[in-house]
Amino acid sequence: MSNIETLENISFQVRRDILRMVHKVNSGHPGGSLGCVEFFVSLYFNFMETRVPFEMNGKNEDIFFLSNGHISPVFYSVLARKGYFPVEELNTFRLIDSRLQGHPTTHEGLPGIRVASGSLGQGLSVAIGAAQAKKLNNDPNTVFVLLGDGELQEGQNWEALMYAAAKGVDNLIATVDLNGKQIDGTTDDVLHMGDIAQKFKAFGWEVISLKEGNSIKLIIESLSSAKLKLGKHKPIVILMETEMGNGVDFMMHTHAWHGKAPNDEQLQNALAQNEETLGDY
Amino acid sequence: MKQYTNQGSNDTRSGFGDGLTELGKTNPNVVALCADLIGSLKMQDFINENPKRFFQIGIAEANMMGIAAGLTIGGKIPFTGTFANFSTGRVYDQIRQSIAYSGKNVKICASHAGVTLGEDGATHQILEDIGMMKMLPGMTVINTCDYNQTKIATLAIADFKGPVYFRFGRPKVPNFTTPELGFEIGKGILLNPGADVTIVATGHLVWEALQAAEVLKEQGISSDVINIHTIKPLDEDIILNSVKKTGCLVSAEEHNYLGGMGESISGLLGLKHPTPIEMVATQDTFGESGTPAQLMTKYGLDKNAIINKVHQVIKRK
Repeated sequence: MSNIETLENISFQVRRDILRMVHKVNSGHPGGSLGCVEFFVSLYFNFMETRVPFEMNGKNEDIFFLSNGHISPVFYSVLARKGYFPVEELNTFRLIDSRLQGHPTTHEGLPGIRVASGSLGQGLSVAIGAAQAKKLNNDPNTVFVLLGDGELQEGQNWEALMYAAAKGVDNLIATVDLNGKQIDGTTDDVLHMGDIAQKFKAFGWEVISLKEGNSIKLIIESLSSAKLKLGKHKPIVILMETEMGNGVDFMMHTHAWHGKAPNDEQLQNALAQNEETLGDY
Repeated sequence: MKQYTNQGSNDTRSGFGDGLTELGKTNPNVVALCADLIGSLKMQDFINENPKRFFQIGIAEANMMGIAAGLTIGGKIPFTGTFANFSTGRVYDQIRQSIAYSGKNVKICASHAGVTLGEDGATHQILEDIGMMKMLPGMTVINTCDYNQTKIATLAIADFKGPVYFRFGRPKVPNFTTPELGFEIGKGILLNPGADVTIVATGHLVWEALQAAEVLKEQGISSDVINIHTIKPLDEDIILNSVKKTGCLVSAEEHNYLGGMGESISGLLGLKHPTPIEMVATQDTFGESGTPAQLMTKYGLDKNAIINKVHQVIKRK
């Protein structure tokens, strides 16, 4: 089996995890989670140098921050499948006394999480801080952060963008999930953000465009291309166009599944489209 | 025995700056961040000696709080510096999520707190910051009273693990505590022993409380004057032991009475030892332009205000 086939197999299972998690508690955010499955799987199972078990300080390993915390289901599934905590714990998503809170948090000590996120617009700043700490520690590893596109409407991002370019934070790879959708509709309808690539460029960032952000092959190519640009005094962003709800036909091409769980029948339909490759939790 | 001597005037923020400079030499993990107020926060010496450990963020406080949270992940101990207003109200959600809820070891160092910021007026004079910060689960809240105390508190918070809100001020005020008094987070200090009334003060009001106690002594009233520098966690024992002796209490702080130290003490007394209390604090108002001394008088934050409240509270015993 090729490397990409292996990653695709993991992706099938991650999609099943996401669907089953949100279905069980009839809440959570399946749309954006499904749209980023291939990215998370590529990052954690192919690209990042990470250590299991988890160490908060992340010294001499690559570290990842999720800024748009509402896509916690994909994050939790990938962390569990990577071995940070038992996959059975995915059963507790959003339940009382769980470490798998609605939005990711360090508060309950879930391995793999380094900062709380959910209130949007904060993750890039945190990632920049962690990247600066790596430089002070002469730590050659890289900091990754994922942002939502709707999230770019938060002003703190633009403070962070300006800072990272001005200070040459070049051990950081940001990715923006351009799925074009947010709660109230398309990002264009809610608050048109203009040409995002031009904005990043104007702020002094190195921009990599990834048109097919659900293609594992192209994700890895973009990440590899980003890696080559590290250490050149410019922060790097991958603008990754994804399809919300990817892998489940009726959840694609709509923003209806941003924050809505499937019912029993819809779950069966969705699961039938994604083979159980690694064993359900 | 009284535990203080006026050694001349200095500003609390210089105590912070000098403490930070010392940390630059003694603790390699300490880093400093500033949002375009290096001079006001007295950070220049630290920067000169540790240029790589300083981060000029620009006028972008939200980003500063996030970067500080991220720096802890590599084991750094970040000290953020800006005015109290921009350290709290402007960035409450960043502190709440990225620092407090995330349990990050960030020291939020806030100068120019309260009306003694002076001429810049109410846009810059925050009187609500203690309330906002003490409401955050896991946040330690400290408000120091003079140069010496601010300096040793700066050293103490570097050794303490967890988020801290550290509040101090702009004007030169009497420097009257001695380093020998020490600084233990969460431990109040009895500066003057008395029997008739307990005066609990924090920040710039501590000196005023001591001055008030001297006037009251001439009037035949002896005052237990307690300095509470750590508003959260509150030293309950020192307060309860004192009011069991005196039977009444006056709190004094440069902050709104809603959400301030007096409110915390009032809650404590109500729950554990009901005792008459009066509060010297601002009365749910914004400040205004003026000199620090004028503002302290106008907003009822001086020794005369404390003396009046002592007379009132003694009648309620």
